[in-house]
Amino acid sequence: MNRFLLPVGLFGALVVVLAIGIGRAPQKSVIPSALLGKPAPQFVLPQLGVGGQFDSRSLRGRWYLLNVWGTWCAECRAEHDTLLAIQREGRVPIIGLNWKDEDGLAVQWLQELGNPYASIALDREGRVAIDWGVYGAPETFLVDAAGTVVYKHVGPLTAQVWQREFLARLPPAAAGPARDDAIGPPGAVGALPGGTPAAGPGPAAGPS
Amino acid sequence: MGAIPGAVPRKVRAGLVGWLLLMAGLLASGLAAAVDPVELEDPALQARYRALSHELRCMQCQNQSIADSPVGLAGDLRREVRELLLQGKSDAEIRAWMRERYGDFILFRPVFSWRTAWLWLAPAALLLLGIGIAVRIVRQRAALAGGPDIDDETPA
Repeated sequence: MNRFLLPVGLFGALVVVLAIGIGRAPQKSVIPSALLGKPAPQFVLPQLGVGGQFDSRSLRGRWYLLNVWGTWCAECRAEHDTLLAIQREGRVPIIGLNWKDEDGLAVQWLQELGNPYASIALDREGRVAIDWGVYGAPETFLVDAAGTVVYKHVGPLTAQVWQREFLARLPPAAAGPARDDAIGPPGAVGALPGGTPAAGPGPAAGPS
Repeated sequence: MGAIPGAVPRKVRAGLVGWLLLMAGLLASGLAAAVDPVELEDPALQARYRALSHELRCMQCQNQSIADSPVGLAGDLRREVRELLLQGKSDAEIRAWMRERYGDFILFRPVFSWRTAWLWLAPAALLLLGIGIAVRIVRQRAALAGGPDIDDETPA
């Protein structure tokens, strides 16, 4: 009987290893971000709609989402309704990082689908995306008030992911209606022709 | 197929040689038509650029290096490598730069850390385990030597 112990034991170990592998298969293609727990990369980029530059330093002291998207990205369309719902909820502003896209197409997209973004930075050359370790849109980062990357989701956001992964990480302090006027350039939304009208002042109140 | 070279009839062998030449030709043409047409002026930098872009993973396609991938992000990463080289950064600095942004996964040759230790040590551990098992079997059989037949059913 003893001679069966080793093969059976090895077989059991193999079953366990394979079961873990199969159980984790759905996340296999998702690579954990190297930025978690680290300071969010700084950037200054032209912004859509209002013109001028968007400086990420204007976000200091606030929680925010950075959503990487492009009109060429089919899954971005899939998550758009979720983004709009998050914007309506008003707990955190969403900063859009428009990745290697054409400005005209981006404007058209927002007119068609609505604008969930407080500001949209245009990363035409894809350099800022690399600083953030982006490898496939859509990706959504949660950054805390100290400017630390708290969480990253790869793939389209859904209501479930939002509740389970993002809302659970937000502090109660960030709760309550912190509308778009809490964020640097509230005009970004309003200035976009046909975009969802933003609460707060007009395009005059750009970032300092 | 397990064919022994000497046992292959001449005609078949000639066909085989032709086929191999064809494959080699296809391979060479594939290399010539590389994804990346950009060349750096300095041949030394160009050599380092080639080597580095072959050991950085394309994060989108994952099983290709950024040198082999036509994907947009791979092109952007190659551009970053070129620029860092021209800025005078060392290979190690460029690898670290990539690792800061994309983590260990971007390096085809991961650095040795407590998180990657199993990756580096597992093959050696498995080899030792295999040698141990082989030695045990050989000893058992040696102990049984002299018997007419080595019987698998013999209790250990």
